[in-house]
Formats: sequence, C-alpha cells, structure tokens
Amino acid sequence: MTHLRLLFITCLVLLPLPSSAADSSYGYPIQGSYEATIIGTTANLIPEFPAKMRTRQLVLDVIPGRQKPPVFFYDKGLRCTFAYQKQKAPLVFLIAGAGASDRAPKLLSIMKSLYQAGFHVITLPSPSNANFIISASQSRIPGDLTEDAADLYRAMETAWKQVEGDIEVSSFNLCGYSLGASQAVAVAKLDEERRVFTFRKVLMINPTVSLYSSVTRIEDMLKQIPGGPKKQGIFFNKMFSKFSEYYRYGNFVAINDDFLYSIYAEKLFSHEETGGLIGLTFRINLAGMIFASDVMTNSGYVVPKNRVLSPTDSLFDYFLVSTHLSFFDYFNEYFYPYFQKQRPGLTKQALIESESIRSIEGYLKSSAKFGMMTNENDFILTKAELDYLRQLFGERSKIYPRGGHLGNIEYKENLAYVVNFFTKEGVSHDKP
Amino acid sequence: MTNHNRYRARYCIFALMLGLSLAGCAATMVNTPVEEPPRHSISEFKDQRFAEVADPWEGFNRNMYRFNFYFDTYLFLPVVNGYEFVTPTFVQERISSFYNNIGEVKNLTNSLFQLKGTESATTLGRFLTNSTIGLGGLFDPATSFGLERHDQDFGKTLGYWGSDSGPYLVLPIFGPSSVRDTGGLIVDTGITYGIYAGIDPFGSTGNSFAISSGVTTLDAVDSRHQQSFRYYESGYPFEYYMVRFFYHEKRDMESRKPLPEN
Repeated sequence: MTHLRLLFITCLVLLPLPSSAADSSYGYPIQGSYEATIIGTTANLIPEFPAKMRTRQLVLDVIPGRQKPPVFFYDKGLRCTFAYQKQKAPLVFLIAGAGASDRAPKLLSIMKSLYQAGFHVITLPSPSNANFIISASQSRIPGDLTEDAADLYRAMETAWKQVEGDIEVSSFNLCGYSLGASQAVAVAKLDEERRVFTFRKVLMINPTVSLYSSVTRIEDMLKQIPGGPKKQGIFFNKMFSKFSEYYRYGNFVAINDDFLYSIYAEKLFSHEETGGLIGLTFRINLAGMIFASDVMTNSGYVVPKNRVLSPTDSLFDYFLVSTHLSFFDYFNEYFYPYFQKQRPGLTKQALIESESIRSIEGYLKSSAKFGMMTNENDFILTKAELDYLRQLFGERSKIYPRGGHLGNIEYKENLAYVVNFFTKEGVSHDKP
Repeated sequence: MTNHNRYRARYCIFALMLGLSLAGCAATMVNTPVEEPPRHSISEFKDQRFAEVADPWEGFNRNMYRFNFYFDTYLFLPVVNGYEFVTPTFVQERISSFYNNIGEVKNLTNSLFQLKGTESATTLGRFLTNSTIGLGGLFDPATSFGLERHDQDFGKTLGYWGSDSGPYLVLPIFGPSSVRDTGGLIVDTGITYGIYAGIDPFGSTGNSFAISSGVTTLDAVDSRHQQSFRYYESGYPFEYYMVRFFYHEKRDMESRKPLPEN
C-alpha cells in the first residue's frame, strides 16, 4: 500500500507554483515547505537506478514465541529488504521514518542509490510501523527512544545472523530519516556498549531534535482547519470533493502527472489547507500505530478489552476512532502511564526530555562518525532547533535551502550526498 | 499439465476460496474472558465519517482480499519473480508493450460506446501506429508522436452513461472492483474473446489451444508484473480501507461525464 499512500498524498495536494527564480545553485524546484513535503521529488529528478538488483525480502523471527492475534494473520515476522553485492562491501542499515514500512518509496530510493554505489543494504521498518510493533517490539508500545533503539538493535542482530553466511562485509554503517534519524543515533550509542557492529559512520536525515516538539508542530497544522481536528472528517470530505470536481471540470485524460501539475499550477488548495492535509496524513498514519499497539497489548484503548478480532471483522469504526485521537491523547492516556508504571517517579517532563537527542548531545559532539542533513524550511524543526543542529554538527552538517520535510530526499543531489557521506574515507572534522 | 490435473487445480482453488469465505462463519467463542468497553469509542466523536465506500459484503470481500494475498504469495508472485529473473529487461518491456497494444482494442470499443470521437480517433491512431511502425506493438512510437493513451473499459462506459458503481466487490485474483465494474469486466472479456474467435490467429497451426493458453498465461504474468501493488505490504492495519477508498474514488472520477465549464 505504500504506493497507495503516495497516491493519497499526491492526489490530495497541490503545490503552489514555485515563485520566480531560484536563489542558489541548488536545483530542487519546489519552494514551499508544505508543497515540497507533499509532492516530493518528481520522477524526472530522481536518478536512474539499475533495472535489476540483487535483493530479497527477509522475514525475521525477532522475538521467538511471539503470539499474534488472528486479525494480524498476515504478519509472519519482521520484514526487511536486503540488497547485496557479490563482493566484499560495506553494509548500511537504513531505518524508515515514522509509520513507514521496509519498502517505503523514499527508503527504497536511498537503498538503490547505495546499492548502485556498491554497498550492501538492509532496510528496516520504523518502530512505529505496525509490522514492527507486532513482530519486533518487546513492549509493543512504540515511541520511546531507548526502548525503540534496543528493539532495533535486536532486529539488526537477527537480520545480520540471517545473512552473514551469504555476504562479506567490510564495515557496518547506519542511516535513518525523520524519526528514524533520532533512533539511529540512539542505536549507535547502544552499540558503543554492545560492540556487535561498531558502526563506522552514521547519517541522520531530516532528524527531529525533540520528538514531542516536532509532533506538536504537525498537530498544530491540523488545528488550522475549520472546527479544528475534531472536524477532520468534514475537512477530508470537503477537500476530496474539491479535488474530484476540479477533475471533472477540466478535460483530463486520467489522474496522472499532468492533472497533478495542474492542481499545483492552479493553487487549488490554500497554504492552510495543504498544511491540514499533511496533519491529516500524519493522523491516519498514527491511527495504525495506536490500533496495532492496542490490539497487541489488549489495553482496551480503542478496541474493547478481551475482544478477539477475526481476520474478516470490520475495523472501520476503529479507523475512525483512532484517526480522531491526537498524539497528545496517545502520550497522556497510553504512553506515559505505561512508562510511569515501569519507572516510578517519572515525570511527564522527564519523559519528554528523554525523547530528545539533547539527552545524548555529549555523545553526538564527541564522536566524529556522525553526519546530519536537513533543510532550512523543514517545518518539524523550530528556528532554535535548526540552529542547535547547525551548532552541534558544524562541518558535519549539510543544510539545503528548501525541500520541506523529506521532500527532496530522492533528488539527485541529495542522494549523491548520502552516497558520498558513506563512500569518503575515514572520519574527520571532529570539531563542532 | 493434463486435463485431469487442470481440473484438480481449479477444484482446489475453488474449494480454498469457498473454505476461506466460510471460515468466518464457523468461528465460535469458547470461554473467552468478558469484554470491557474501550476508553474511546465512535459515539464520542461528532464528525462526518470519511473515506467510506458502500461495502455491504465486507466480510466476503475481506475473505477475497485474504485469498488474493495467499494466491499471490504461493503461486502468482513466485511465477512472476521467476519470469523477471529469467527474462532480460528489454524483452520484458517488449512483452508489456505488446499486451498494452492489444489492450487498445478494448480502449477503442469503449471510447466508441461513449461516442467520444476525438478519443476514438486517437486510440485507433495509436493502435495502427504501434502495430505497424511499432513492429506489431513491441514498441510504442505513438506516445512520442503525441498520441496519448486513454484507458477505457466497459465499467467506465457504464459509469459514463450514468450507472452508479454499486457496492464494492473484491474479486478473486483480479482484486478490487465493484458490481458495475465486474459486469464491465465480463463484457470486455466477452468482446475480446469474440474478436479472437473471429480472427482465430493460431487456427492454422494445429496447436491453437496450446498457443492461446500460453498467450493468455503470459498476459496474466505480464499484467501482474506491471502492477506493483502487494497485499498487506504496507503493514498498515487499515490498508483494506485505503485500497477500497482510492479504488472507488479513482474509478468514479475517471468514469463520470465531465462537467460543463462555467
């Protein structure tokens, strides 16, 4: 369904046309941050990848004996995509962004670029993806940097055990985007104790500084819609009929690039509406995480406690209920109470702070293996957070003038930067 | 495969489908703990429902969705993967192009049914160009000449003349559909078969049945090869609803009559 989600996002939105000439030599065309986030990189600006690659899907039994309810009958284990070279080569683990699977289009583009440059690659779903919650999360409650990192580490060890007989590896490396970037550094830190991989280089792409602060900014976008987030159904239906009516007035051949470009050129949706659609997409994503976690823990949060859902039961009401819950509902009513039980005396503020990379900034500063790339107009960061990253990483950071949140990650120049980061020799630039 | 085996295979598939569709009915509750109401339920939200599609046979449809997942996993995709592995990319592209060109016949008949003059001319132009200069459809020069492809089928024709999609329906192997589009699929298949029987392209070979079975099988493999969708791949627990909604909306938008410009 990744392509469907893409279709959804692409379909729903429109991008105001880039205003006048570009301000620098950077060729990514879309100026607006919301628009870039929704449109991403158009096919003609994504580099060409080899038509055939040596890849296979790994289905990992990360937690032996894990009981899975009948409604998740299709989940046979943690799914990772493995691309491998015949000769000895460095291996890169790639961690997906919030909610994404091991085959998210952005993740696969990074994988293909690295594969093309001669790397082995293993992609991992985000710990907030349902597949990960069901098959690889010890607590089955996603969102904690430390626990998610421990789960990811176990998954990586399992994946490595499965493939180590088939390939020769010269070094281990790590990369993640969005929420996955913050998780990558937490995994790297854990590895300093465990020493299974001793990662050579670690790249963060469009990271959050504080998970809580970034999500607050996304939730705020949904507050701009008429009636606020509790009326998102009305908003969704209105946006969709606008979209569909526009199609019928114009003389379009199909829902294709020309049609979408026209929506962009005609500015069918306002800036606020575009932001609202991003917020809504986030909620739809979050709903999957909440539902999967609730079913796996039998917490009675959105599904009646002790109800055993069958593979053919309707889940539509759960979909509607879950999408109407905010991240703060999840945090206050579900997430925080769980950790409070685990760590008595834990305050909300302390929990929020532990989900921030500031909690490990000493480590990030001291180790030369890290690199960071993001965009000036990535809306998940405040101005202060962007400055903080700039200062923390100094020469090890690369900040593009535009691209929104991940809109430009599949752009040629960005992918070339990623490859170059892992290709270039050694680790230098240890100063902030 | 002998005839006997073929029947067996069909019987097995049929039995499996039937079994899956009835499986839901057979589940009985034994000694489960008492249910407690959840913290959040639908009654607390005063909002419009969204992304909803008429789906009175959801239980059946979910069974079919699941059947297709198993069919893909254990039969269809292994065959497609094998095909992709042994066939050079260049050959794969020629094969896709060939079948896409044959599909123009369906596009043409249906744009004629919809009395779309320009579109019919374009599609006919594409078919003639690609069948000749494009070496029997192996290449697609028509697109570079500016002749755009217009995908049509009888489901869209019905929609164009005002027929509603009817309830959502997941078909075995074919996947997401609706009552209207299933009817359309039957009509299109009938027309294609009628044309085929009229021309009988392999009639003189003496092996007509074997060759046409091969051609049909390759057609099925090629269309699955061209379709990147994989059941349950997203891991998203509400994937069924996303697929249902986008299928329905896309069909609805693409089949209805354009509105007049104000």
